[in-house]
Amino acid sequence: MSLSRQDVEKISLLARLQLTEEELTVMTEQLSQIVQYVDQLSELETDNVEPMAHAAELFNVFADDKARPSLDRKEALRNAPKQDDEYYRVPAVLGE
Amino acid sequence: MSSIHTKATDWLAQLESGSCTSREITQLYLDQIERHDATVQAFLQVHRETALEQASEIDKRRQAGKPVGRLAGLPVAVKDILCSVGQATTCGSKQLEHFVAPYDATVMARLKEADAVLIGRTNMDEFAMGSSTENSAFQLTRNPWDVERIPGGSSGGSAACVAAAMTPLSVGTDTGGSIRQPAALCGVSGMKPSYGRVSRYGLVAFASSLDQVGPLASSVQDLALLMEVLAGHDPLDSTSAPVEVPSYTATVDEPLEGLRVGWIPEQFSSGLNPEIEAAVREAMTVYQSLGANVQEISLPHAKYGIATYYIIAPCEASGNLARYDGVHYGYRTDEQAMLTELRDQLQAAGEAAESIDSPLVRMYRKTRSEGFGPEVKRRIMLGTYALSKGYYDAYYLKALKVRRLIRHDYDQAFENVDVLLGPVTASPAFRFGEKTDDPLGMYLEDLYTVTANLAGIAGISIPCGFTAESLPIGLQLQAPPFQEERLLRAASMYQSATDWHLRRPTLS
Repeated sequence: MSLSRQDVEKISLLARLQLTEEELTVMTEQLSQIVQYVDQLSELETDNVEPMAHAAELFNVFADDKARPSLDRKEALRNAPKQDDEYYRVPAVLGE
Repeated sequence: MSSIHTKATDWLAQLESGSCTSREITQLYLDQIERHDATVQAFLQVHRETALEQASEIDKRRQAGKPVGRLAGLPVAVKDILCSVGQATTCGSKQLEHFVAPYDATVMARLKEADAVLIGRTNMDEFAMGSSTENSAFQLTRNPWDVERIPGGSSGGSAACVAAAMTPLSVGTDTGGSIRQPAALCGVSGMKPSYGRVSRYGLVAFASSLDQVGPLASSVQDLALLMEVLAGHDPLDSTSAPVEVPSYTATVDEPLEGLRVGWIPEQFSSGLNPEIEAAVREAMTVYQSLGANVQEISLPHAKYGIATYYIIAPCEASGNLARYDGVHYGYRTDEQAMLTELRDQLQAAGEAAESIDSPLVRMYRKTRSEGFGPEVKRRIMLGTYALSKGYYDAYYLKALKVRRLIRHDYDQAFENVDVLLGPVTASPAFRFGEKTDDPLGMYLEDLYTVTANLAGIAGISIPCGFTAESLPIGLQLQAPPFQEERLLRAASMYQSATDWHLRRPTLS
């Protein structure tokens, strides 16, 4: 299976990336090559195999339902590119 | 005072007997960094002042007869992916160039509690994605055995600094081979513990079901020492295993009686460099001479390891790296320039204006495109594709099923043998730029290492020879989950019979 330039453009939006024309060309070629390589898995019969999502299959790891100290607001905002001491600031979401 | 090639365990004995101080040791390694790191470039940050202060403070406590930690006074370098409170934690990425960690990773907290002297932060492939450390946004780390070649990756800095004797101990992370492969290419020892053995809390996530923190050093004894500090259950990481940690140093020198060693004929087929093949086969005879029973074992699905890994790891990465949105922390694109560009595009688009991004979406896209390097983008794209509507079952679900088959192969193999033996890499360290335009070729670097991550088992790389060009060759041993003790003992048996791990590069 190979990917078209349009596929790659669509994925770049889903991935919240913006690729240049040149990047799109290279990415289309490279992703197609990688996808063709991983397609070899289709030769394996796996209908009755349970998927393994995790290496350590631990289940139901509960924590006590207790309030614990967490990062205070000032600390949490310290690394933000834009903030006003209370909130993160982002470009307008609705209208201008 | 001994030389910079002294083992960490020997330094510790000298510190305990009072024949040297931590300040002297720390200064010795800082001098070595000063002399050679301009060439090797293993470190992104060297913490000269704080390391010396820390060393003096530990010396004072020790001299006063007060209790000190397990690693008291020993320099440790840490890969720049483990959060260290108040320090830059960049992950080798422009995205996190100015990020200052607000809390300590559990591994950092454990090192501090053990009174390790934190000497610096090591270079790495951006977000641990790569096998050469060439994907660092900041610098190229050079292989101390041949400075025209890569040190391996992604923990290239952590391997190179040990090889160049800039620290006796370092910490790396391994998602698909990122400790074992650079250890092999730099001629040092490195271990990827079982999944869940070491806490991932505060480790910047790449692929959460595969990532694991582990030690690098110049001997297996030193790996055992560092592992004692790193390993253990952590309530802050729900995937960390509530499994008791034995004293690795207490047993590491005890040979394993009747050790059953398996080797995998498939790993010796075409593609394996003949010098590496010869060195690994020679290692088998070393084990035989030590009384081990060496037998053939088949891992029929191991050949699907790379295909499986390069679906699962990018899928997990695409989710994990969604957090770099230019809002919470890290890099953000120039907002004014972005808005101007958008306004011009909207005007030009006229009727088609609906297809143009909203300001927020455009901010995300530009931020991420400017902040991430090509390999990280490639993996995010790959993961996003494999998880997108219509492809999930064919790729991600399929890969999870094959992952089960790979684990099953290991479970069966370990019914018949105690450890598996084989190569770490198919070829020795390559030259800079050799694989930059060939992502698939770079991915195949991990052929022999990714299956341990997929299965969650433990793996170790130890030096087992050199090529004609004097490039180090690594031997990989693998053991079942939580059998690090067995792995370390088996590896130590080999080091007691050979001296490959004692060879040192000549730095000019």
